[in-house]
Amino acid sequence: MKITTARRLVQGCFFALFVWLCLVATVGTSWGQWRGWPVAWFLQLDPLVAVGTVLTTHSLHPGLVWGLVIIAVTILLGRVFCGFVCPFGALHQFVGWLARRGGLLKARMENNAYRPAQVVKYYVLIVLLAAAAGNLILNLARASREAPAIALAAAAVAVLALLWLTLRKVVTGFRHRLLASIALLAVWAGMAATLSPETTTLASLQTGLLDPIPLIYRSFNLAMLPVAFQGFERWLPAGRLYAGAGLVGVVFIAFLLLNLAIPRFFCRFVCPTGALLGVLGRGTLWSIGKTGAKCNECSLCDVDCEGACTPMGPIRISECLMCMNCLDNCPTAKPLSYLPRPSAGGEVTGHGVTRRGFVAAAAAGLAAAPLAHLGGATGSNWSADLIRPPGSAAEEEFLARCLKCDACIRVCPTNVLQPAGLEHGWEALWTPVLNDRIGTSGCQLNCIACGHACPTGAIRPLSLDEKHGAGDFEDKGPVRIGLAFVDRGRCLPWAMQRPCIVCEENCPVTPKAIFVSEVYETVRDGALKVAAADGATLRLAGPALTPGRFATGDYLCRLAGEERSRPIVANTVDHLTVDARSAWEEPPVEGAVVEVQVRLQRPVVDPARCIGCGVCEHECPVNGRRAIRITADNETRSASHSVLLKTNS
Amino acid sequence: MTPVHPPSPSPSAAPPPSRREFLRRGLQASAALAATGGLGAWLWNRHPPGDFNRSASAALLPDFSARDGGRGMSIVTGQDRPAMLRRGLEAMGGLGRFIRRGDGVLLKVNAAFATPAILGATSNPELVAELARLCLAAGAAFVVVTDNPINDPESCFNLCGLAPAVRAAGAKLTVPHAADFVPGTLPGGQLIRNWPVLSGPFHGVTKLVGIAPVKSHNRAGASMTMKNWYGLLGGRRNQFHQDINGIVVELAMMVKPTFVVLDGTTSMMTNGPTGGSLADLKATNTLVVSTDPVAADALGATLLDRTWRDLPYIGRAAERGLGTADFESLHPERVAV
Repeated sequence: MKITTARRLVQGCFFALFVWLCLVATVGTSWGQWRGWPVAWFLQLDPLVAVGTVLTTHSLHPGLVWGLVIIAVTILLGRVFCGFVCPFGALHQFVGWLARRGGLLKARMENNAYRPAQVVKYYVLIVLLAAAAGNLILNLARASREAPAIALAAAAVAVLALLWLTLRKVVTGFRHRLLASIALLAVWAGMAATLSPETTTLASLQTGLLDPIPLIYRSFNLAMLPVAFQGFERWLPAGRLYAGAGLVGVVFIAFLLLNLAIPRFFCRFVCPTGALLGVLGRGTLWSIGKTGAKCNECSLCDVDCEGACTPMGPIRISECLMCMNCLDNCPTAKPLSYLPRPSAGGEVTGHGVTRRGFVAAAAAGLAAAPLAHLGGATGSNWSADLIRPPGSAAEEEFLARCLKCDACIRVCPTNVLQPAGLEHGWEALWTPVLNDRIGTSGCQLNCIACGHACPTGAIRPLSLDEKHGAGDFEDKGPVRIGLAFVDRGRCLPWAMQRPCIVCEENCPVTPKAIFVSEVYETVRDGALKVAAADGATLRLAGPALTPGRFATGDYLCRLAGEERSRPIVANTVDHLTVDARSAWEEPPVEGAVVEVQVRLQRPVVDPARCIGCGVCEHECPVNGRRAIRITADNETRSASHSVLLKTNS
Repeated sequence: MTPVHPPSPSPSAAPPPSRREFLRRGLQASAALAATGGLGAWLWNRHPPGDFNRSASAALLPDFSARDGGRGMSIVTGQDRPAMLRRGLEAMGGLGRFIRRGDGVLLKVNAAFATPAILGATSNPELVAELARLCLAAGAAFVVVTDNPINDPESCFNLCGLAPAVRAAGAKLTVPHAADFVPGTLPGGQLIRNWPVLSGPFHGVTKLVGIAPVKSHNRAGASMTMKNWYGLLGGRRNQFHQDINGIVVELAMMVKPTFVVLDGTTSMMTNGPTGGSLADLKATNTLVVSTDPVAADALGATLLDRTWRDLPYIGRAAERGLGTADFESLHPERVAV
């Protein structure tokens, strides 16, 4: 079997596996649903996920060890992840192949020539990682102040390592390196000496915007699968809504269509994960290269090169996607091979990042997070409509972990989880937020799926006991994601004398967080004059009544001057009948006034019990803007959002 | 900028012996792998998600109270606050009884609102400045004045006149910053649990004096020396209004001052604690110096035409042994200026 055939098979298998893992990410027990499948496995494999979250949280989330495996593979074997594993890469390769099937050799060769703009992806990577690294730099500088000797040594090692790893081709010459090191150390010492100890956050994890794995997960979860399912509602979970998902789909399709212009456009120019692997894999032990055997210089190897890495000339190791097309195209198969030594045809190990470009990109990235935080969205200006799923970390940490892969949104059985738009700040774009108007029933009491789908711990995997505050968690109480507020101007029994309390009925916690305050109010035009009375029935002098209107069981009548209200069981245009058991002993005399009253149960929320699940909001019959609504006030994840005394312990 | 390793001189030549090159690359790769693995192992789940209370609760404020068996209270009548203060301290045995050479003194004022001193919503600047001067004259190493006000802090200290007065007296003014608040839990407390407390300005402090005006307060009944400790709380402290008597008692448990000065030269009878009009004030011509804040507040209640029984926190604080509501039992010395 040809190596390219094997590669295609592997790509196909991984792509199918990816689609399968997306498909099965629904709650249920059928064979096509989530029954222990590692639905987020590709996200865990993604080394940029590991690197990005380590920068923001200073911690490697357990499942992300898979990312280190890919890093190790890349160090040894080159970018096999790009050529064999990445489902987005496979899709690009497929679209590019479709577009160029049977094309002229010359055109294909021109298409697959190296372009200097391929350096852009490294700048994308630098911007994204710098935006994520602000806190790390701050914390290290602070640590240097607390333990100067150790920290200075660590800083020196870090600076040297940084210079060696990323700048060795950028900062050249001994004098340059010395100057750069001294400058960095001086900046470091200055920062350590002057930084205030406040815990400001200067980091933002935005890698998920362009990281191919979160991007393709998001696109499949929110746009591609739901669109594909439209006609197959009998078989597949269709009819779900995703607010603002159109943009997600447009971005995805646009990246695919760009393959028509240049093959693997995304991989060559945009992909930050590819850039990371390019940096890690440029000293790769095994790589494509010329063996030194006689080569006809026919250039066929360059014709179908996916990475545009020019295997014919000095090969650009960082750009090589390991597609192996060159090996397949080589007519003699001797001069080109996959070798544990440098190419005899020469190697370009740099990636074209210039000193100025590096500094500019890093500065732009470092500035991005503080700029985003100017709005105060994670501080006092927090958005009360940003209701996060149960188990979410406090907002700053949430944003430091969330990849916007939207696996939680896909897995949410009620469809209440939605991708956020820009209304909560651009940092929160496409992160999960509850919208109780969408979906089948708010956040279900007995569901903990989202936290188990999350690959990074932005949403912690809760147990049902922890969510309910039962068993070992009894002293902590239930996990609250918000608090319900009754809008007394819109609520039927509060504002309009109409019985309702659907919210109270549906409140799932026990005892209920919604209780009722019962009142009896005289209805409009409810003072009626008695014409005659006979036991339980009154004939009225007017005005005319709507027959049956007061026979619903919610109405009572009370004789003026009496304390007692008697339930009405029937009425005609001019007759009122009360329950026989409460008939008058002495019938009211002609001219007496009776008042028709409605019994109203008005919903009141007990903030000590409400968990913010939103079932009440979902069920409220006031359909436009609900008369009971959840805001994120009192959510467990943030002590500073607590409303009630004695909940902060 | 992009280095190019030149191709081998003759492409057709046999490949050069590459064992050394392979070893070099192998070592490099091994080092990279080891670094990756090491970093991974070191960082593995260091901060599990949802680890909310990473910062442990710090110790709360030390006990500053004077337990020397001396007189517990003096009551001065008059209108000249600095003179009343001097006379009151004299009646207590002189400031030297409380402040020793080298002491660091913190004056906890009430600077809650950005209103002029004449409206009486804040501690009187002349009184505070006089106390600061007396402390420095008694040998204090430094005097620091602080509060966590309700209105904009800088505006509060400047508009109420405390900032210029305090600086002119040679004391230091600390306008609190976020880093000055450290979460703490009051032993035996129900409310002050893992709550940010203004502890930054207490660095090096050995003596604490509270200086508060007498003001009506719709929720608490009255705001005097004990309610004044509210200004040592940070965070969303307004939720404590859900149990105002409980929080004032816990504040009295948390803060044990060297002594307090209750300034009832004028008292805010209505529209407190903000005031805003001279019509809200009444000349009550009384200044109290006391080592017992409970007793001082019990006396203050009488200036507002009430008794301590109208203010539940006074009775509850007394029950807890934080002081006495029966201020006469302290045999206060009554003097006039």
